Amino acid sequence: MNTVVRNEKYWLMAAGYIGAIFLWYASVKWLPISSFNRLPDPLSVIREWLSPDPSYGISIFTSDYYVHIWYSTYRAFTAFFLAVLLGVPLGIFMGWNAKFREFSGALVGLLRPIPPLAWVPLAILLFPGVEPAVIFVTFLVAFFATTMNTLVGVRSIDEDYFRAARCLGASRTDILRDVIVPGALPHIFTGLQIAMGAAWFSLVAGEMIAAQYGLGYVIWEAYNLIQYPTIVIGMATLGIVGFLSSAAIRWVGQRLMQWREESLGLGG
Amino acid sequence: MNTTSGALVGKNISKTYAVKGRADAVALKDCTFHFEANKLNVVMGTSGCGKSTLAYILAGYIAPDEGNLTLDGQPAKGPIGNRLMVFQETALWPWMTVEDNVTFGPVVRGTLSRARAKARSHELLDKFGLGDFKTKYPEQLSGGMKRRAELAQALINSPDVMVLDEPFRGLDVMSRELMQEYFLRLFEDTGLTTIFITSELEEAIFLADRIYIMSDAPGRIVDVIEVDLPRPREVSCLTTERYRELKEIALKSLYGHIKTEENDFAIS
Repeated sequence: MNTVVRNEKYWLMAAGYIGAIFLWYASVKWLPISSFNRLPDPLSVIREWLSPDPSYGISIFTSDYYVHIWYSTYRAFTAFFLAVLLGVPLGIFMGWNAKFREFSGALVGLLRPIPPLAWVPLAILLFPGVEPAVIFVTFLVAFFATTMNTLVGVRSIDEDYFRAARCLGASRTDILRDVIVPGALPHIFTGLQIAMGAAWFSLVAGEMIAAQYGLGYVIWEAYNLIQYPTIVIGMATLGIVGFLSSAAIRWVGQRLMQWREESLGLGG
Repeated sequence: MNTTSGALVGKNISKTYAVKGRADAVALKDCTFHFEANKLNVVMGTSGCGKSTLAYILAGYIAPDEGNLTLDGQPAKGPIGNRLMVFQETALWPWMTVEDNVTFGPVVRGTLSRARAKARSHELLDKFGLGDFKTKYPEQLSGGMKRRAELAQALINSPDVMVLDEPFRGLDVMSRELMQEYFLRLFEDTGLTTIFITSELEEAIFLADRIYIMSDAPGRIVDVIEVDLPRPREVSCLTTERYRELKEIALKSLYGHIKTEENDFAIS
């Protein structure tokens, strides 16, 4: 029974991919719109991607490909970890202390809506070199997502859990360690997933404008040099790397929140 | 466990809640009682008679407007520390195992080493039929099992007085009867001074040494009924002649006082 359901799920997933690729092929090959017709079709992209001797210099057999992946991943993860390191404690502190929440809440509320790209000029002026500037812009969005979700997580902990802890004689630090942090963890991990997505999003934007390496740079450069299949290779690679980084966060979250796994009947 | 302590005496306790835009709600008025040490004192009243307000005052969560409360002759102001424990539903943290939930109190207060607390929690959990569930998470337990874990969580603190405010509400009939028997065993083994608040007459008679009948709001103790059913009690005592007599007396008292209140109202 279970395997049947699972098989069906994989068939549906496969059907989704095949349908999308067919639509892509059809719109490039058969649609009577010239701007569509100059885009690469799926077959030529895959041929280029898997070619030991790619026409435009980027395929799974070239070391450049991995250098670009490495640069983007390094930037995204550096920004992400900085955001977690600063955002989680800040969010917890904001949730824990009402005065601090009022003090900092207005500031965060004002800075958060500024789109990451708007920070690029300022970041370039502020930091020596492109590298820290791109990381800073990437960091910002991830940081706000982490902080806000952590804050929401702390605020959504049932008052009963605090009262019970106080009643049994817990100090403020006991409550922080045993109630606030584990209680907010599900929201924190939701925030981290959002932060990771947002990090890739603004990273690529930053790389397109300012960087010399990275997948965002690859896409923009390929556009400028009319190497259209490489644009799609860059995009698809971003999809895969982004998916893997979100999966990694989910995996860590499941290890840390064994109680949720078991309570929901998902674990052993 | 201390053998003769935990007598809770209240004199002329009153509590009024100010409700915005409405007449003040008088929850308790001139409520006087003498809960005896090492007895199972049951407070019985209809819903909305101020029973929970009484529980909060006993626990020290709220202060009475008038009157005073003493524990073994000492004025009891604010939370009476570890001498008095309040049984709470929803006191289990879903992210801790049953065992960690139970050991929380003594560990955060430093009254037992972690190893001692663990050993003691195993004794209690075994006694409550939760021996196989020590390492499970609360959400994996049934409602009745959760209540037993919550009882263990309160009892591990070795209180002198235990206050329970309708602890078995929300359980199905089967679990409820099972819990009453567990609770009876527990009391008969330890002689722990207990104040048990309920709105169920059968439960009151089955458990109590004494039943304190509360009037409708504003609540006060209007009658005390000695329950002389022999201990240890079995469910079979519910079919005895004496049980029926006690039930009749209690019912008469309960309705008599509700009527009296109405008559008072009509005259004034």
